[in-house]
Amino acid sequence: MRPMDVAITGIGVMAPGGLGREAFWDRVLSGRAATRRVTFFDPAGFRCQVAAEADFDPAAHGLTPQEVRRMDRAAQLAVAATDEALADGGLDLSELDPGRTAVTVGNAVGCTTGLEQEYRVLSDDGRQWSVDHTFAVPQLYGYLVPSSIAAEVAWRAGAEGPASVVSSGCTSGIDALGQAAELLAEGSADVVVAGSTDAPISPITMACFDAIKATSTYNDDPEHACRPFDRGRRGLVLGEGAAMFVLEPTARARRRGARIYARILGYAGRANGFHMTGLRADGREMAEAITAALDQARLNPQDIDYVNAHGSGTRQNDRHETAAVKTSLGERAHEVPMSSIKAVVGHSLGAIGSIEAAACALAIERGAVPPTANLRERDPECDLDYVPLTAREQRVDAVLSVGSGFGGFQSALVLAAPDKAAA
Amino acid sequence: MTGLAARTADTAPTAVFTGIGVTAPNGVGTEDWWAATLAGKSGIDEIGGFDARTYPSRLAGEVKDFDAAEHLPARLVVETSRMSHFALVATAMALDDAAVDPASTPEYTMGVVTANASGGAEFGQRELQKLWRGGPRDVSPYMSIAWFYAATTGQISIRYGMRGPCGVAVAEQAGGLDALGQARRVVRSGAALVVTGGTDSSLSPAGFVSQLPTGLLTTVTDPLRAYQPFGTEASGYVPGEGGAILVLEDAAAARRRGAGRPYGELAGYAAAFDPRPGSGRPPALARCLRTALDDARLRPEDVDVVFADGHGTPGHDREEARALAEVFGPHGVPVTVPKTMTGRLYAGGGALDAAAALLALRDQVVPPTVHVTRPDPGHGLDLVLGQPREIPLRTAVVVARGHGGFTAVTVLRRTG
Amino acid sequence: MSAFTLDQLKTILREGVGVDEAVDLDGPILDTPFSSLGYDSLALLEIAARIQNQYGVAIRDEDVELLATPRAVLEYVDAHLAEVA
Repeated sequence: MRPMDVAITGIGVMAPGGLGREAFWDRVLSGRAATRRVTFFDPAGFRCQVAAEADFDPAAHGLTPQEVRRMDRAAQLAVAATDEALADGGLDLSELDPGRTAVTVGNAVGCTTGLEQEYRVLSDDGRQWSVDHTFAVPQLYGYLVPSSIAAEVAWRAGAEGPASVVSSGCTSGIDALGQAAELLAEGSADVVVAGSTDAPISPITMACFDAIKATSTYNDDPEHACRPFDRGRRGLVLGEGAAMFVLEPTARARRRGARIYARILGYAGRANGFHMTGLRADGREMAEAITAALDQARLNPQDIDYVNAHGSGTRQNDRHETAAVKTSLGERAHEVPMSSIKAVVGHSLGAIGSIEAAACALAIERGAVPPTANLRERDPECDLDYVPLTAREQRVDAVLSVGSGFGGFQSALVLAAPDKAAA
Repeated sequence: MTGLAARTADTAPTAVFTGIGVTAPNGVGTEDWWAATLAGKSGIDEIGGFDARTYPSRLAGEVKDFDAAEHLPARLVVETSRMSHFALVATAMALDDAAVDPASTPEYTMGVVTANASGGAEFGQRELQKLWRGGPRDVSPYMSIAWFYAATTGQISIRYGMRGPCGVAVAEQAGGLDALGQARRVVRSGAALVVTGGTDSSLSPAGFVSQLPTGLLTTVTDPLRAYQPFGTEASGYVPGEGGAILVLEDAAAARRRGAGRPYGELAGYAAAFDPRPGSGRPPALARCLRTALDDARLRPEDVDVVFADGHGTPGHDREEARALAEVFGPHGVPVTVPKTMTGRLYAGGGALDAAAALLALRDQVVPPTVHVTRPDPGHGLDLVLGQPREIPLRTAVVVARGHGGFTAVTVLRRTG
Repeated sequence: MSAFTLDQLKTILREGVGVDEAVDLDGPILDTPFSSLGYDSLALLEIAARIQNQYGVAIRDEDVELLATPRAVLEYVDAHLAEVA
């Protein structure tokens, strides 16, 4: 495994309850959930009627009317986050070699919102199987192929190096950062604009999660619908959003005197090879990914000051990852704070891994650990320190962030402070 | 940690292809498809899977007479879409071809990296229809695992217990080559074997109609004249379905398990993205070709054949021909577009071209480009037209360009 | 008289979730756990959804995992068909 030392020098976040990096950080620290009864469509008739929606106005974030029309919401969120990250990173785009600037965008369900809207028109609300092509709008192909999202980000950043969408389901947000770091480590790019986005709050995605009964049924208490690690948890709550980063080799960032939030030192992905939605209780593949990521980072479990959990709030996930963290971190698992921000910002599928990485980088820079909101009564089988309800101020030098998703994918990312030395 | 040993860049393993599986419009099964390809047999025809008579474009490369249930367990067929059926069938062929036994291979040393461009379109349309006709309770639980881009990689991983690094590349037509490049990274990080490649199927009415607004699909209705890349009558392209799955292995690991002679080495790979529309600057392809050749430590004159992207629209063809002439010189290298027999398979296209290039290296023959009635002399290409060309082949370049500016190049090298 | 028969359930299995090659649905399966018949949690959800759509019997979330065998499903549906009627 090649060593990896990648600096995060710019961060942009568009999340429910927190549009913009600072608003996002305040929100996750506050532990105030951004979940609410769905307003994007009438959720009557749905099993789960709650989601974490972003009050995102693309025009307010600088998108022109044509850009708004051209892009699905997932692309709009990504572009807005990209703009914030680029400005934050202090890069002079005119001094970059475009061919050495890469783009890696994680995304799980593509332009589902736009695709569903247009499908309804083409098919006259499902009445026609042989849909009417005369109602096909110009942007429809961009909705069909989610690579369009990476294209929009690349145009925004003036990037002409390797560009792609990484779409490994709910670990996409971690895998996109991991693959971006690999591009830098192998020397295929000088800078990568990387992160992830998803905008899945549409009837079809809500119906999918209804059908497998993975989403919460606390419809009468939307702000407490997602309860990671809690005895009364009933499932995940869908969210949306994007987080984008400016990534560059740490040596390069130091040369240009850039502010470094944190460094990415390790990444690994494994698959459970077991079931598309089911998880084996022992969490062995996630444990394997964690161990591999720590090995690459040359850190020991004792070095980890904070674990950002997948913590989706489903019954099986929270036990699965508790077991995985115990297996991989050993005794350290019982000492280290481990929290989930999904009770606040929801589970934004392909986006959440990057949104969580933003929280991890800010935790390192600012010396605070975000809480697990809505955790009032711990599940007896989830017996770690999940930082219930209230954030903690503490030194955070190294962080482990994990993700788990449909398809069986398990991913782990290790971030560390700018001055953290290898073990 | 079991299996994945640490390695440094200096000792990066050589990645070789040891297995090929194909589900293509002009042949299911690697050898049947290859024989058809050398014979110039096309799979492009009027669309039969749905009624396309009212649409301005009416042709496609459909994989006909393909019954997934003949090849796959019934339980797997119901929970997967057509794009995954193609991949699962091709994976079984590729593993069989490579004589790999996944059950006896350490689980974390096997990875899966596939490409996908547009998800399970037919499955998706069916469930969308159920939602909007009946309501949310009519949507099948399988929709949540069949429609999304990662479905294929996940199902392959589960079917064969491949628990190492997995991934999904999405870059429209370029994704099929990006998957191979990512698979090589996984091999270089210590994996013994990666199942890679790509398949797609966007040929449901809604999936097909979603492609029309680009204006890039041909409206010619004669299957023999519709898709003519680099021709004076280039009018757009024909979409298709299917693709190829390949087994990429660490060469040393393949030798240790007693694998036969590999088809070839993935010697070079590069990806790039075109400048913003309206910039007036040239596309990324020439630069990407040079980067891939540098990566393979080869020069343009070492290349014996180019499997071109062959978009089939005059503007794209001109861009590609210029880049090829710039790097290889005018008429500097034989160029072929066997996808004239299948249409553009999106994520499956680059993978299928890589399969064709590997078999070309094996058999020392370049498969033909068909149906191009008059090559545009202005392109300055040595197009292998109509008949296969038997020439010594050691190095093949495969080009794939994805809608919006995605560009990928692989360099495949005969081993031994 | 049973309103929901094993044959009707078998039709749902064949059409909706497929039959594992190693399983003979026409054998004595009434008390065979679904897991032994090759049906996972998603398959059970699909079966439940089809019963609901075709027979109007809603299987409550918390009941799905209790329906471990074909006999349990038949008895559950029978008991609730009366409510539908």
